[in-house]
Amino acid sequence: MSKTESLLSVRGLTLAFVDHVVQQDLSFDVRRGSIFAVMGPSGCGKSTIMRSMIGLLRPTLGTILFDGADYWTGTDAVRAEMGRRFGVLFQGGALWSALTVGENVALPMQMFTTLDAVSIQRLVAVKLGLVGLSAAVDTMPSALSGGMRKRAGLARALALDPDILFLDEPSAGLDPVTSRRMDDLILNLRDGLGATIIVVSHELASLFAVADDGVFLDAVRKTAIAHGSPATLRDGCADPQVRAFMRREQVEPAHKEAVG
Amino acid sequence: MTAHDEAPARWAMSGAGGPCILRLEGDWLARRGALPGFPKDGLVGCGADVSLQFDIAGLGHWDSGLIAFLWDVKRAAISAGRTVDAAGLPLAATKLLGLLPDQAMAQEAVVVHHIGPLNWLGGQTLATLHEMGMISRLSGSTARAGWQFTRGRGLMRGTDLWANILDAGPQALIIVSIVNFLIGAILAFVGAVELRKFSADIYVANLVGLAVVREMAAVMTAIVMAGRTGGAYAARIATMQGNEEIDALSVIGISSTGYIVLPAVLAMMLMMPLLYLYGSLIGVFGGFVVAISMLNVTAPGYWNETVNALAFSQFGLGVTKSVAFAFLIGVSSCRIGLRAGRSSADVGVAATRAVVAGIVGVIALDAVFAVVAETFGI
Repeated sequence: MSKTESLLSVRGLTLAFVDHVVQQDLSFDVRRGSIFAVMGPSGCGKSTIMRSMIGLLRPTLGTILFDGADYWTGTDAVRAEMGRRFGVLFQGGALWSALTVGENVALPMQMFTTLDAVSIQRLVAVKLGLVGLSAAVDTMPSALSGGMRKRAGLARALALDPDILFLDEPSAGLDPVTSRRMDDLILNLRDGLGATIIVVSHELASLFAVADDGVFLDAVRKTAIAHGSPATLRDGCADPQVRAFMRREQVEPAHKEAVG
Repeated sequence: MTAHDEAPARWAMSGAGGPCILRLEGDWLARRGALPGFPKDGLVGCGADVSLQFDIAGLGHWDSGLIAFLWDVKRAAISAGRTVDAAGLPLAATKLLGLLPDQAMAQEAVVVHHIGPLNWLGGQTLATLHEMGMISRLSGSTARAGWQFTRGRGLMRGTDLWANILDAGPQALIIVSIVNFLIGAILAFVGAVELRKFSADIYVANLVGLAVVREMAAVMTAIVMAGRTGGAYAARIATMQGNEEIDALSVIGISSTGYIVLPAVLAMMLMMPLLYLYGSLIGVFGGFVVAISMLNVTAPGYWNETVNALAFSQFGLGVTKSVAFAFLIGVSSCRIGLRAGRSSADVGVAATRAVVAGIVGVIALDAVFAVVAETFGI
């Protein structure tokens, strides 16, 4: 299969629940090797869109193309195969609490590779080493701090050397230094692994540090209102609400509800 | 990195005794199951004063499998006192290698404590005594919280008590009915087999009535409630621990005893005697159905015999037992929930422990009641 320029494309995506629409007619492309940010105020549906992209929520309308193939029209087996090329960091880490950190990272490899136990152990050490958690291999998740849990979640997301990494609020709740380290780690992983990374976040400092493309969602109009890197949106976006958000400025009264 | 015709990952070392060159060939994809290792002493033969070079002309696709191998090489070089010239490596691999520590984290030696049987017994005894002390303390503070509530200074909310009453009472009626009906019916079956031999069919009513009212209704209802409601209490409170809800209550000075434990225990203590009386009636009815359909017994005769066999003191004993069982199940399951860990796995453990402790506790307490009732001639 010839490689498309975009690893992931969203076309006319509408997500709705019985009683309300989350986002509608959403379209954007994620270039291979880029760090793409899904931005927007709290409650605009960023995490819901991520759930749809990683296969947890079927879209009401529209398509999600992964590597040129429609994710949601594939069979369960095809979707599962695609899913193994995804790495996902959930907001709270979502580590399996009954397993140690090392076992959390090892489990996907035990399930989906033919590697022997020693090789898996070596790879677990590498993944945990990459996120700076070598010492926590035998630690239970409940004994980790919030930042460590996120890094352990990231190590698990890297378990199968994914082509695309989804990071939901990777630096939310972290202190500035840890947050900065997380940003550096994301950049290093992109450069090192060549993975495409989608970051769902409203942490501006982190977005400016890592993202080189993105989409800005509006909670009132319920669709994408701007496309581009965070810096471009801050400096050159025609929409005053987006500019204000990216500059952490007071929003005009007409847009207040969107940022609430 | 999804090539179909992959070449196997291979490495070779050349230049022993002088400047060593490590040649890497093929596709190094861990997810395809290829992960060669590098021996710890693999660089011993290399010249000490020149850096290890890499030749990656034949290197194909790679992922973290290559990084794991290069980390082995890096650590082997450090332990052999050699240096590595990473310039020949892909830039991306060099970046990742830079993130990894120079040494793999030494696994902490697992200290195995050999515990003798006497030590183990002592430890278990102390732990049990401690737990009994904690349950007694929780019982005391629950009683105190109840006393404060009667004086209008309690933390318990009426809505919480009502929700707990609904859960421990009306919603448990169906399962209590089924269990007690079957117990009454089984007792009648067992009794019928023997009593029929002596043409004493009518005494099935005495057997069922006494056994159900004195023992089985109270014990079986308590066991059902330990499994159903006690487990639910422990799981709910353990979940609250995991969500830091208990901590949030403590921080603002709301005692978890008065706010959470008291309504749960009180609801169970109010509902259990009623469920016991209801269970007794259903149990007797179960025996009645079997007796009427299998034995030479009339309906009025069965009821007369049952009423004659039962004294008020039997019901008094049953009600007292069911209140004590309710207190035991309520307090122990809340205590188990409160001492649970903070992970989702701990919720399951807490629920299981609460059910086991409730059932064993009920049966043990029933034995105590049997001895006391015998002593007082009830």
